[in-house]
Amino acid sequence: MRKTMTSMLAGVGLVLACGTSVYAQDKELTIFWAEWDPANYLQELVNLYEAESGVKVTVETTPWGDFQTKAFTEFNAKGSAYDMVVGDSQWIGAASEAGHYVDLTDFFNKHNLKEVMAPATVKYYAEYPSNSGKYWSIPAEGDAVGWSYRKDWFEDPKEMEAFKAKYGYDLGVPKDWKQLRDIAEFFHRPDEKRYGVAIYTDNSYDALVMGVENSIFSFGGELGDYATYKVDGIINSEQNVKALEAYKELYSFTPPGWAKAFFIEDNQAITENLAAMSMNYFAFFPALINEASNPNAKATGFFANPPGPNGDQFAALGGQGISVVSYSQNQEEAMKFLEWFIKDETQKKWAELGGYTASAKVLESPEFQNATPYNKAFYETMFKVKDFWATPEYAELLIQMNQRVYPYITGNQGTAKEVLDALAADWNATFKKYNRLK
Amino acid sequence: MATAVMTTLDPNSRSAARGMSDLTIRNLFIIPTIVFLIVFNIFPLLYSLGYSFTDFRASSPAAANFVGLQNYRELLNDPFIWSNFAITAKYVIVSVVGQVIVGFGVALLLNRDIPLKGLLTTLLLLPMMLSMAVVGLFWKLLYDPSFGIINYTLGLGSFEWLSNPDMALYAVAITDIWMWSPFVMLLSLAGLSAVPKHLYEAAAIDRAGSFYTFFRITLPLVAPILMIAIIFRTMEAFKTFDLAYILTSQPTTEVISIRLYKMAFQEWQTGRSCALAYIVLIMILAITNIYVKYLNKVKER
Repeated sequence: MRKTMTSMLAGVGLVLACGTSVYAQDKELTIFWAEWDPANYLQELVNLYEAESGVKVTVETTPWGDFQTKAFTEFNAKGSAYDMVVGDSQWIGAASEAGHYVDLTDFFNKHNLKEVMAPATVKYYAEYPSNSGKYWSIPAEGDAVGWSYRKDWFEDPKEMEAFKAKYGYDLGVPKDWKQLRDIAEFFHRPDEKRYGVAIYTDNSYDALVMGVENSIFSFGGELGDYATYKVDGIINSEQNVKALEAYKELYSFTPPGWAKAFFIEDNQAITENLAAMSMNYFAFFPALINEASNPNAKATGFFANPPGPNGDQFAALGGQGISVVSYSQNQEEAMKFLEWFIKDETQKKWAELGGYTASAKVLESPEFQNATPYNKAFYETMFKVKDFWATPEYAELLIQMNQRVYPYITGNQGTAKEVLDALAADWNATFKKYNRLK
Repeated sequence: MATAVMTTLDPNSRSAARGMSDLTIRNLFIIPTIVFLIVFNIFPLLYSLGYSFTDFRASSPAAANFVGLQNYRELLNDPFIWSNFAITAKYVIVSVVGQVIVGFGVALLLNRDIPLKGLLTTLLLLPMMLSMAVVGLFWKLLYDPSFGIINYTLGLGSFEWLSNPDMALYAVAITDIWMWSPFVMLLSLAGLSAVPKHLYEAAAIDRAGSFYTFFRITLPLVAPILMIAIIFRTMEAFKTFDLAYILTSQPTTEVISIRLYKMAFQEWQTGRSCALAYIVLIMILAITNIYVKYLNKVKER
């Protein structure tokens, strides 16, 4: 009997002990993001918050290919595993309409974030529907597509001479898409195992579409009218046909086996001496100026996506905003964290750690712009970005675009006009299915 | 047979000493399995059948609406889905035929007294013990046009195995053949070792040629067990996902399970993907049934 009593008391003690630790864990926050360098920088940043407030914040990550699936599986199950998520810009429609994100409009207005953050980041990471004045996230990691190039190849006097003789102008950072094409062609020498350019071609998520967007937007085209869902004559416009043809032509100057390339392969094109120029998100450029990860670090230069034939200059938007998950049990703590996150000094620290702040004040400071060889190009790009559809059915639109465009770019099937006409029909059918067409 | 097993409970056993009847013991073994099957297999199967007639999306809080056969109708009218099925069929044929030829061939070579036979067989079985994802990742490196060992060994220069839309499916099938031929080999070896030796002796006395011996003695006697291997491999090949997903993203390698995954977990079209899963299930059942019928015929012979 005495033994039983002792065991019972021990059991009660254990329950109390567990209870206390559960209570202590209430002051913990979990942020979910994809597995990449910026997530490590964010972990370093939130460690400072823990030191200040005593609230432990953990940045949990998963590989990019899995990110969307894992996040939405948790949302759909109304799970409280994550208090905040640094979600992709195109999720905002799906996540806000389904009630997965907490409405941050009051918070946004109270802190005047529309002015504090760069306009493009507010428009694409935070607001949904377009121009509605409703905000669902705080711009956290600004990002866009830019280019890296081999300065040593570009500045080689022999190459410069040969280039001028062939094309009639000086070899340098391309001033438009025509020059980009010429330079890619010039450096494309399969016999020497040197190739012209590395572009995005992976069709498993949004890589290929982001790559194509760079040419579409710079050729003066659009994907559609995001307010009315009209796509006819927009996605299959004359400019877009030319833009798609230009992207396909660039594909012919890529290294062999370049049909499933995304950020890893595009950075490898520079580090492994494969290509003269390489498209990538700015978020992946820190690895290129680090001599430990890029033996050509000193010879690597950067430029913003060049303008198209009519002088339009835009780039595909990447990056994410931070949102509070509606099923979180710690929403109040999460809001406190966001108040800390948007402070000027936090944003400055975020930029210093390697994060791409969206804070207009930090972006405009000469200190930020001179910090790395690509920060200036990043600053210029962030004011000329455009994004994919953010409607709840964006994933279907994305897969349809991949299905149509990929065989054309990599497999030589059909013409650009046929591909885009078929895509317009696919998108129309999808919008019709979801009653978007007015 | 079952009663024979049930009535042999040893009266001196611990179960008998605890006063358990044969029936109790049977139930103890069977009921948990049945409950497990119902909860994790039968219930989701029926539940998803219900969803396949709705426009339900797991990503949206909106209630599911009954849409009748619309999902099935639209799927069966979608040219992309048909192309996925055609790709799957091509993949199944190439991969299963390849595995049977290689697996059965290796089994024939091993079915004799050779030194280190046991060790050789074990080593040959290694590929199928690896994880699909790992196999996919390292074959991706082997196929690499710039530094892959396959092009280097075969002197193919920078031949693009995975980026070439016409070649990619064969490249995936070759990997699958490499991985699963040992399975066919193992079953064939079991079948071959069961062929009575006196049949071969009789054939030798009758001066039958090796070609005749193979087609009249070896193959008919191994056929039933080979059919079982083919049934398993066909079902698996039909469901292939990992290898094709990891190795390449060519539309020419988008087998039906990849399309299903995208529809269910990227587009979140839950209702429609349930319908597609049912179409795939019915197809696999039909194909397996044909095989089983044929297997029974082979056995009767």
